[in-house]
Amino acid sequence: MSAQPDEGRTASDAELLLEVEAVEAAYGEIHALRGIDLAVRRGQIVTLLGANGAGKTTTLKTISGLVRALSGRIRLAGRDITGLKAHEIARLGLVHVPEGRHILRGLTVEENLELGAFTVRDAATRRRRLREVYEQFPILGERRGQDGSLLSGGEQQMLAIGRALMQEPQILLLDEPSMGLAPKLVTETMGIIRRLNEGGTTILLVEQNARLALQLADYGYVLENGEIRLENSAEALRADRSIVEAYMGSG
Amino acid sequence: MSLTDILMQQLVNGLVLGSFYALVALGYTMIFGVIKLLNFAHGDVYMVGGFVGFGVLSAVGGTLGADWGGIAVAMFLSMIAMGCLGVVIERVAYHPMLAAPRLSILITALAVSLVLQNSVLTLTDGQITAFRTDLGFGGLEIGHVFITYNQMVLVGTAALLMIALETFVSRTQYGRAMRAVSIDKDMCRLMGIDVAKVIAITFFIGSALAAAAGTMAGAYYGSIWYFMGFLIGLKAFTAAVIGGIGSIPGAMAGGLILGLLEAFGTQIPGIGSEWKDVFSFSILILVLVFKPTGLFGKSETERM
Ligand SMILES: Nc1ncnc2c1ncn2[C@@H]1O[C@H](COP(=O)(O)OP(=O)(O)OP(=O)(O)O)[C@@H](O)[C@H]1O
Ligand SMILES: [Mg+2]
Repeated sequence: MSAQPDEGRTASDAELLLEVEAVEAAYGEIHALRGIDLAVRRGQIVTLLGANGAGKTTTLKTISGLVRALSGRIRLAGRDITGLKAHEIARLGLVHVPEGRHILRGLTVEENLELGAFTVRDAATRRRRLREVYEQFPILGERRGQDGSLLSGGEQQMLAIGRALMQEPQILLLDEPSMGLAPKLVTETMGIIRRLNEGGTTILLVEQNARLALQLADYGYVLENGEIRLENSAEALRADRSIVEAYMGSG
Repeated sequence: MSLTDILMQQLVNGLVLGSFYALVALGYTMIFGVIKLLNFAHGDVYMVGGFVGFGVLSAVGGTLGADWGGIAVAMFLSMIAMGCLGVVIERVAYHPMLAAPRLSILITALAVSLVLQNSVLTLTDGQITAFRTDLGFGGLEIGHVFITYNQMVLVGTAALLMIALETFVSRTQYGRAMRAVSIDKDMCRLMGIDVAKVIAITFFIGSALAAAAGTMAGAYYGSIWYFMGFLIGLKAFTAAVIGGIGSIPGAMAGGLILGLLEAFGTQIPGIGSEWKDVFSFSILILVLVFKPTGLFGKSETERM
């Protein structure tokens, strides 16, 4: 890691919840991650920025176990999770909401949500969480019997997040939650993320829209060609002209 | 006998045949759903299931009787045994091939089919084995239509198994997971679902249903042999395609429709029962040409 930068406005000495150390990953010949180091403390929102193809999605997939790390270490709350299977990692409370939302087509909104709580044995707990999600996203309650893949983009994003909440995550990995949404819905999505964080969920957020992400986040990393090019508090990154020019065109 | 009576009689025959097709088609379609494989060995699992059922009945028939009571026990144990065999087949033969090109796993399925057939061929010298039971020939005469008790038990058992399956798939977490795995495996993993376990459960259930059909067919027709899975495998595939491959209600409907079409088809002047199979496969071709997604299929279903 680079020299000790400013650690952001909150949680600077909270427990390290997620630690990624020198992680490399590849798709066949394509060396997508060339040694990633990053850390997320409990209670923080940390954002991962970078151009298309920089390796943001691959970083999240490697953390959640969908892509195997070739080398390096990943720890969740101090426990080494490198090499665990994706479903085992999910059961530890690290929940990844993938790029493109991945609503299960042909299944109703409610079935999608209930599958989110697949690992919860107790039916009463499942029902309680379902109620909480419907309270938080009333539109999902109204559409509970409808095919989840037929919802609008914004509703699907809520469903994807709601489904993740059914797992009661310690940490949420969000991959471009604002992708394809109208500006008003982007703002709403950002509001939801802030609320979740205020409710105690730690968040690692990948965003194309760097301006928005840095408004929410405590801390940010900038990825380039599978490497962390720089990292700093969100405040400092917002003030950095070169970042603004390189990654905020779309904001 | 009037034409109506003949047609009613064929309706009964068609339901019996259709029940066998549907039970086998279900496994075909469920396995296709979770790993996108046309499991050409599935008909042979039905065949081995018939032999295991026969073996169990020979062992317990003396004490339990070789009527439907004994056959139920034989069927149950055969279902468990074939369920386990299905899981082993998936683990040993298919699982290592999942990442390989699609054609490789298809060829693997053909190999598994040959292994099963040739194992039984060797054990039985290729002879037809008489599946002796104490089933009677009693039945009910409704109008001029005669329905045997055996036919009723058989269709009833098939219906119960299908209701149980439907309940499992729509009501339980693992049943939903099975549908989810057939849609998006990585998303399932992110929700904490052990995809490998769901695939194993699917093979267990699919193979057990084939074993139920194999045992009942052996008992009903009175004979079994090593090649009996071949034709029903193709018919079940046809039924699954008619219903829309990957769709569970589709396989049930497709099996019944195919059974009924065959039964009625043999009544059309000029199409005797010797043309039955030609008739079925012509239907397969027509479905593939005019409605390749089948009755219940979705257009995005992957095709081989
Ligand atoms: N499944 C895959 N097979 C092969 N190469 C892949 C695969 N997924 C990603 N890559 C490659 O790995 C590199 C990193 O991709 P990744 O999807 O992680 O980028 P990203 O930063 O998320 O981009 P975007 O902003 O477009 O989502 C790219 O060069 C990409 O082409
Ligand atoms: Mg991406």
